[in-house]
Amino acid sequence: MCKREFLDALAARLSALSPQEREERLSFYSEMIDDRIEEGCPEENAVTDIGSIEEIVAQILSDAPHTRREGEIRTPKKALGAWAIVLIIIGFPLWFSLAIAAFAVVLSVYVVLWSMLVSLWAVFAALVACSLSGMAAGGVALFGGHSLFGMAMVGASLALAGLAILLFLAVKATTGGTVWLTKRLAFRGVAVFSKKEKVS
Amino acid sequence: MDVQLKRGFLDVCVLAAIKNEDSYGYKIIKDMKPYFDMSESTLYTILKRLELAGMLTVYTAEHGGRLRKYYHITRAGLGRLEDFKAEWHEVMTMYRFVIKEETEHV
Repeated sequence: MCKREFLDALAARLSALSPQEREERLSFYSEMIDDRIEEGCPEENAVTDIGSIEEIVAQILSDAPHTRREGEIRTPKKALGAWAIVLIIIGFPLWFSLAIAAFAVVLSVYVVLWSMLVSLWAVFAALVACSLSGMAAGGVALFGGHSLFGMAMVGASLALAGLAILLFLAVKATTGGTVWLTKRLAFRGVAVFSKKEKVS
Repeated sequence: MDVQLKRGFLDVCVLAAIKNEDSYGYKIIKDMKPYFDMSESTLYTILKRLELAGMLTVYTAEHGGRLRKYYHITRAGLGRLEDFKAEWHEVMTMYRFVIKEETEHV
């Protein structure tokens, strides 16, 4: 075997190594052979002196446990077996209805969450409306001579306004939380269907 | 021989081979030949390990119309050699003890 053949054969066997590492090793062996030839050793003998490719590959792979062996990392996607496809088709009425039910449950959870929010905002709006109209009515009563009634109305309206402010803060925080939760759950749902690539 | 132990010894041997002057792969193997055989693959692994450990540096120089890699020992590499020589006394003392025990109990 001549030097070129040896290096080509070795390169083919070292495809598991990174291109840079493979190149470095090949140039190392090439230099070793060249040095022997320069000393007067015939090319064939110089190549034989280096050792068999099998031995070299075995030693390289045992010496380099941390070397990225592409063969180990590249896990080909398993094609679905014939039985799996048959089961998927036969089980369609079962898994499809289950999937729809699961989807409906998730959807109803969302609807409940959001309708709760809507009702909370409605309460807030009612409080604001009551407070404003109460104040207007109280003002009218005060100027109309019913001072006791007017003061009671204005007082109650102010209390309602205070409640409205407190409720506004609470409902705002709840809305923010619900939006965040919805986003999180939506991303989770998407993540179930898109597989993350594993990098080791 | 224990793999770890042997690896440590071989590292020191390669450092010794480039201690006095910079050397290249084939010459290192030739220099060791009268004492023991070292395969190219083993040498490559050791050189790489020593380079990563900072015990030697590599440079390329032209030789006869082609490029050849030369290995130069660093201060850390020289330190490793000195450490080995200091440790060796201990190892030899242990060895003598082992031999003495064996001969006395035979």
